Amino acid sequence: MTLLKTQIGRRAFIKNTSLAGGGLVLGFSILNSCKPRDVESMAVKEMPEEWFEINAYLKIGDNGLVTIMAPNPEFGQGVITSMPMIVADELDVAWKDVLVEQANFNAEEYGWQFSGGSQGIRRRWEGLRMAGATAKQMLREAAAQTWEVPVVEVKVSEGVLTHKASQNSAGFGEMAAIAAQMEIPEEVSLKEVKDFTIIGNSKKNVENQKIITGKPLFGSDYQFEDALVAMVEHPPAFGLQLKSYDDSEVRTMPGIVDVFKIKTLEDNMKRGYFDTNAFTDLVVIVGNTTWEVMNAKTKLNVEWEPISDSKFIVDRFGTEMEVHIPGGLESTGVHYAKMNEMAATSGTTARKDGNPETAFKTAAKVIERSYTCPFLAHNCMEPMNFFAHVTKEGARLAGPLQAPGLTESTVAARLGIPIEQIDIELTRMGGGFGRRAYGHYAVEAALISQQAKAPIKLVYSREDDMTFGIYRPSYQANYRAALDENNNLIAFHVKAGGVPETPLFANRFPAGAVANYLAQQWEINSNITIGAFRAPRSNFMAGVEQAFLDEISEEAGKDPIDFRLELLESAKNNPVGEKNDYDADRLAGVLKLVREKSKWGESIPGVHRGVSAYFCHNSYAAHVVDVVMDGDTPKVEKVVCAVDCGIVINPDAASNMAEGAIIDGIGNAMYGNLSFVDGKPEQSNFDSYKIIRHSEVPKNIEVYFVENEIDPTGLGEPPFPPVFGALANALYKATGRRHYHQPFANDKPPLVG
Amino acid sequence: MAKFSLNINGKTQEVDVDPNTPMLWVLRDHLKLVGTKYGCGISQCGSCTIHLSGIAVRACMLTVSAVGNQEVTTIEGLSENGDHPVQKAWLEVDVPQCGYCQAGQIMTAAALLEKNPNPSDSEIEMAMNGNICRCGTYVRIKKAVKMAANSES
Repeated sequence: MTLLKTQIGRRAFIKNTSLAGGGLVLGFSILNSCKPRDVESMAVKEMPEEWFEINAYLKIGDNGLVTIMAPNPEFGQGVITSMPMIVADELDVAWKDVLVEQANFNAEEYGWQFSGGSQGIRRRWEGLRMAGATAKQMLREAAAQTWEVPVVEVKVSEGVLTHKASQNSAGFGEMAAIAAQMEIPEEVSLKEVKDFTIIGNSKKNVENQKIITGKPLFGSDYQFEDALVAMVEHPPAFGLQLKSYDDSEVRTMPGIVDVFKIKTLEDNMKRGYFDTNAFTDLVVIVGNTTWEVMNAKTKLNVEWEPISDSKFIVDRFGTEMEVHIPGGLESTGVHYAKMNEMAATSGTTARKDGNPETAFKTAAKVIERSYTCPFLAHNCMEPMNFFAHVTKEGARLAGPLQAPGLTESTVAARLGIPIEQIDIELTRMGGGFGRRAYGHYAVEAALISQQAKAPIKLVYSREDDMTFGIYRPSYQANYRAALDENNNLIAFHVKAGGVPETPLFANRFPAGAVANYLAQQWEINSNITIGAFRAPRSNFMAGVEQAFLDEISEEAGKDPIDFRLELLESAKNNPVGEKNDYDADRLAGVLKLVREKSKWGESIPGVHRGVSAYFCHNSYAAHVVDVVMDGDTPKVEKVVCAVDCGIVINPDAASNMAEGAIIDGIGNAMYGNLSFVDGKPEQSNFDSYKIIRHSEVPKNIEVYFVENEIDPTGLGEPPFPPVFGALANALYKATGRRHYHQPFANDKPPLVG
Repeated sequence: MAKFSLNINGKTQEVDVDPNTPMLWVLRDHLKLVGTKYGCGISQCGSCTIHLSGIAVRACMLTVSAVGNQEVTTIEGLSENGDHPVQKAWLEVDVPQCGYCQAGQIMTAAALLEKNPNPSDSEIEMAMNGNICRCGTYVRIKKAVKMAANSES
C-alpha cells in the first residue's frame, strides 16, 4: 500500500465549506459561470436530487451516483473515459454508477489542462488516483463517525461502505453529505496494482452514444442565440501579407453584416511558444449563415504584398529567443536542393562518442544513405473554429483547444482584459494531432466578437484550414554506418536537419550501443510556419533510422530483430556515454514481444515482412508489417504491434489508439504530402491532399501490450513513428526497392529509355 | 431567397434560403441538425453523408432546390433511440476516436446494408471509400459494418 500526502482538493474543500456555512454543499458550480454541460449518461440510476461535492474532480449524489470530471481536453485519445476510470477505481465505485462530465478550462482547479505530447495520463496518474482515494477516505470516515466504529474497520466495495462487526452498511449516497464536511485526510493510501478493478478493464468511450446519434459535441456544433458566423481571408502564400482590400461587392451580398480587418498579434508583441502564426493580418467577413459568408468570401477583392525580413521575440516557457523570419516566396524544389547543400556541410555536433572519423576510415564496409520527407498538414476532420462572445464584462469562449491555458493568456493580452474575465468551455475536438495546441483561431474569434460587438462563431473552410500553416516540417537525414570485417557495427553517424527545424534526437538509440557515434544537425530558416504534429520529429527520425538499421543488418547478414537485440544488449551491459534516453531492456522487450506474436521467422508464402521499434514520449513500440503484392501493387495486409506504456488504463481503447496510429503512419508514409510553389501550398483540400482510405488499410491489426506495473506513460504518439520504418522495410522485401523519400507512393524509380 | 418545404426525418420543415444553399448548411445553420458534419465541401470526405430517398449522398454539394419532396434522413433521424443495427454495432465495437466523421460513416454503412445486407469485404471497402477517418478507425468500422450485417440477416 502506498501512502501519499494529499495535494489536491484542499482549496476546493475550504472554499465550498465556507460557502455552505457549515451545512451541505449543494450544486456544483465551482467551475465557472457557464452552466455545466449535460452529463454523459451511462448510468442506470435516476438523477439524484442533491449532489455533494467532495473535491474538484468528483461529486456524489444522494442516491450514490458519482459524477467525475474529465480534466483534459478530448481529441480522440479517450481521456474523457480513461481519466475518470482512474478516479473511479481509487474511489471504489461501480463504473455503472459513474457519470462523466468534461471540465471546462479552470487552471486553478485542474492545473495543466493540456492534451499533447502523450503526457496526459502520465502527468495526471497520481493526482487522479489521489482524488478518488481522498474521497473514499472521507466517505469511510463519515461512516465511521456515524456508526461510531474505528475507520480502519470500514470497508468499501462498489460504492457501498460496510462495517462487519456492527453489521452496518450504507451506499455512498447516504454518507455523501457527511463526507463533504469531513477534513481532507492528511494522507491517503493508494491501491496496489493487483487490486485495481476498473483500471485495466476495458470501458467503452463515454461519449459514444452522443457521437453515433449526432448530438452537438464539437466546437463547430456550438449553439448560442443570435450568434453570427465569421470567416477570415488569409494570404494565399507564405511570404505575402495583406496590403488592401475592396469589400464593396461583398457588403451588398445577402446576409452579410460586416467586413473589417483584424490583427491577431501586434508586431512588437512578445509571442508565446504556441502563438505561431504567419498570417496575423486578416480580412474578416461577418454574416448570418455559413453559406452566405462562404459565398461572400469568394467575392472579396484583396491585394497582397511581399513581406520583408522580420524578427520577433518568442518566450519559450521562460527562455526568450529572437526568431528571424525571412522574406521571399519559397518552393519545395528549392527546399530539397538547399537541404542537400546543408547535408554536405558538417552542421553542429550534438553528440560525439569515441572516434568516429578513425572508425569510418578503418572500416571494412561503410553504408551511406539519405532520407527526406515533405511538409504535412494535420488535416483534423473538424476544421479550425471557435465561438466567442466578448462584452464589457469579459469574454466567453468555447471551442476545440489542446492547450487552453496558453491560448487564454494570448487572448487576455490581445483583448487587454485580465484572465479572470475569460471563460473557456472545452468542446470535444474533431481531431487534434498537435494542430489545436496553436490557438490563433480562438484569438481571432475573440477579436472578431469584440469588433463586431456580437457573439460570433469563427469557421474555417477546409481550404483555410489546410493552407494556414503550422505544418509538420520537411526534413532530411543522412546516415553512415561502419562495419568491421566481422560485420560488427563499429561507427554510426547521423546528420539531420530541416526547414525550418532539426529533427535530431542525439541521445536515442542506437546512441549508447555503438562505440563511435556522431550526431550532427543543421537548420534552414523559412517563413512557412511549423508546429507539433503527432510525435514531432520522431515521426521522421524513427522511420528513417529503422529503415537504415534494416540496411545495416542486411549488409551484416543478420536477422533485423537479432541485430537490434544485440545492439540493445550492448547498450544495456556496456552503455556508451551517459545520456542515453531510453531503457534498453524495455526497447528490447517490445521487439521480443512483437517477434513472438508475429511469429517472426516463419515464412508465409507471398507475405513480405518488415520490422521496426522505437522509443519516444516515454513509451516503447514495435511493429511487424506484412505486405503482399496485388499484381504490381504492394498492399499492407496485416500489422502486429507491441507496446510498452506501463500500466494500461483502458485496454480496448488503447488498442484502438494504436490501430489508428498504425493506419495514420501507413497513410502518411504512403501519401502524405504538402508541397509549395512560390509560397503557395499546392494542396488545399482532400481532392489534392490524399488521406488513407478504407481500401488502403490493413485487413488486420493486432496490438499487444507488455504487462508490467510501471506507472503509465503516453500512447497517442509512440506507436505512430516506427510505422514508417516497418513499412519501408516490408516494401523492400516485397518489391526489392528501398524507399528513401516520403511519400512512398510518389517515390518512383526514374523512367528509363 | 426562396421557400422550401422539406421532408426531413419524417417531419416537414420550412426554410427560406438561397436555392443554391447546400443541404449541409440548411441542416446545420437553419434547422440546427448539427450531426451532419462539414469536412471538405467538395464531396471528398463523406462527413456530411445523409440519405436522400434511402440513398447515401453528400449534403455539402446537394443544393436545397434539388431535394424537392424526397425523404431526407440525417443521423438524428436514423433511428428513434440510437438503436439502428449499425449504431448498435458501432457501440459494441467502440469504433470512434475523435468521432467527427462517424455520423457520415454510419450513414454510408446504413445505406449500404439497406441495399446489400451481406456485403463482402471488398463491397464494404468500395462503398465506404468515400468516407475519410483521419484518426484511422477503419478496421473497427469494417468490423462494425460486418457485425451489423450479421445482426440484420
